[in-house]
Amino acid sequence: MTEAETELAHKLQVAAFRRQSRLAMRKTGQLVPEGTVAGNALTIVVAIMSFLACLTLGAVTLVRDASRDWQSDILREITVQVRPVEGVDLDAETAKAATIVKLVKGVASAEVLDAGASARLLEPWLGTGLDLAELPIPRLIVIRLSDPDAVDLRGLAARLKAEVRGADLDDHRSWTARLQTMANATVLVGISILALVFIATVLSVVFATRGAMASNRDVVSVLHFVGAEDGFIAREFQRHFLLLGLRGGLAGAGAAALLFALLAFVIGPVVTPESDQVSALFGRFAIGPIGYFGAMGIAFLIAIMTAVTSRLTVYRYLAETD
Amino acid sequence: MGRAAEPEVRRDSLIRFENVGLRYGMGPEILRDLSFQIAPKSFQFLTGPSGAGKTTLIRLLFLQLRPTRGLITIFDRDVAMLPRQDLPALRRRIGVVFQDFRLLDHLTTFENIALPLRVLGKDEASYRADVVELLRWVGLGDRMHTVPAVLSGGEKQRAAIARALIGRPEILLADEPTGNVDPPLARRLMRLFIELNKLGTSVVIATHDINLMNQFNARRLVLEEGRLTVYD
Repeated sequence: MTEAETELAHKLQVAAFRRQSRLAMRKTGQLVPEGTVAGNALTIVVAIMSFLACLTLGAVTLVRDASRDWQSDILREITVQVRPVEGVDLDAETAKAATIVKLVKGVASAEVLDAGASARLLEPWLGTGLDLAELPIPRLIVIRLSDPDAVDLRGLAARLKAEVRGADLDDHRSWTARLQTMANATVLVGISILALVFIATVLSVVFATRGAMASNRDVVSVLHFVGAEDGFIAREFQRHFLLLGLRGGLAGAGAAALLFALLAFVIGPVVTPESDQVSALFGRFAIGPIGYFGAMGIAFLIAIMTAVTSRLTVYRYLAETD
Repeated sequence: MGRAAEPEVRRDSLIRFENVGLRYGMGPEILRDLSFQIAPKSFQFLTGPSGAGKTTLIRLLFLQLRPTRGLITIFDRDVAMLPRQDLPALRRRIGVVFQDFRLLDHLTTFENIALPLRVLGKDEASYRADVVELLRWVGLGDRMHTVPAVLSGGEKQRAAIARALIGRPEILLADEPTGNVDPPLARRLMRLFIELNKLGTSVVIATHDINLMNQFNARRLVLEEGRLTVYD
């Protein structure tokens, strides 16, 4: 044996020894070698998908909560408008309307906006220093409801129309209907995005599994001739993909949760012009517990989807190749 | 068809070929009109020049290939009628030693040999002693935790044989099991096969080593240009 050969043999022995020590540390050798499953790239894809899914879920819950808040605010407040009619005392008619309203069950208060308050409401459009008495400005009665469900709005509107000249009840129904539509549309869009993200995840896993099966063709064929059933082979691959899916899914969901918390921290308490805008729209910017639990749920759902997809793909692959 | 009418014939053979032919795709027939049987506890050589179809015949014998014509009965089951899910159970009754060993490089010798038991879902504790005993029997006791990459050709050969034997198969198929070893080791391996045969396993050894065959008085299946002649 030449010196070079001796050295090579020695190197091989050292490598073998290192490898053996590594092998000794694990319990039982994985039948599907770790490195041959398109690991890192797929983990990142799964993490990104999970992140996007969680963001979508967060946005949907945010919009849904906000629209529910608006709706309950709007439903708790109705307005009676008394238009000036030629030859009728507007103040008397307004007072009469207020009295009628106050007697209705479920009404907490009815506040007639005086001329000053009306002027302030119109200030943005008409400017200051106007004498409203000269303009045919309707008078408003702001009614707060203690129990919106108990109030017979239709009956009240009919009664006001009959007894008070120029009175109109505005229960903001068209607004709530629009809000409802918008919120539903947002939820629908969100669900569609979630569905697309899930489909993309499933397809990536299908490709990755097929790739892993192809690069482990020799392992699969050895498993076959020693009498392994398809279920056994599928379980070996599935275990890899379940772990991978769990790792990716949790990473994505964790990142999304971190982002939610960060946004709530940045936008929530500090009052800046921007955060004012945001809170005007969404109330306090905060993803509720549903958002956080949902993110965890998505992480596990993605992991399970990954495992099930790889399992089914293995079965199909085996049926095709045998 | 008359096949079902002769069950008494099948009972004394583990594997039975009747007019079996095989071609790959639209190519010529590689195996033609093979008719023979492998009896329980029998010992035979499968021989013939390189390229005569020995490996293909071995693949037919362990259900990796299905014939394009003729009838193969393995353990009283018609191969053509076998559903996919029944294959694993039959394959477990057949041990195979491949010419190229087919050991899994990322597993240790112990793990490679234990594979047939592991795929049954058995717990390692339940078979550890058996595997270690077999490893000692084939002379690999001190190579248990080594990966195949650092085993010599002969050691890999013995590991492959041990893997084929661990599940106590009824038939052992070995494709050129002495092809990579020197004559003394070849004789040792042959004695191992004979001992195994005495314990009740049918053995089929594919080889083109005439010297080796001449040392043992056994049945010979000779493949030549796709046709088989049996010398009992």
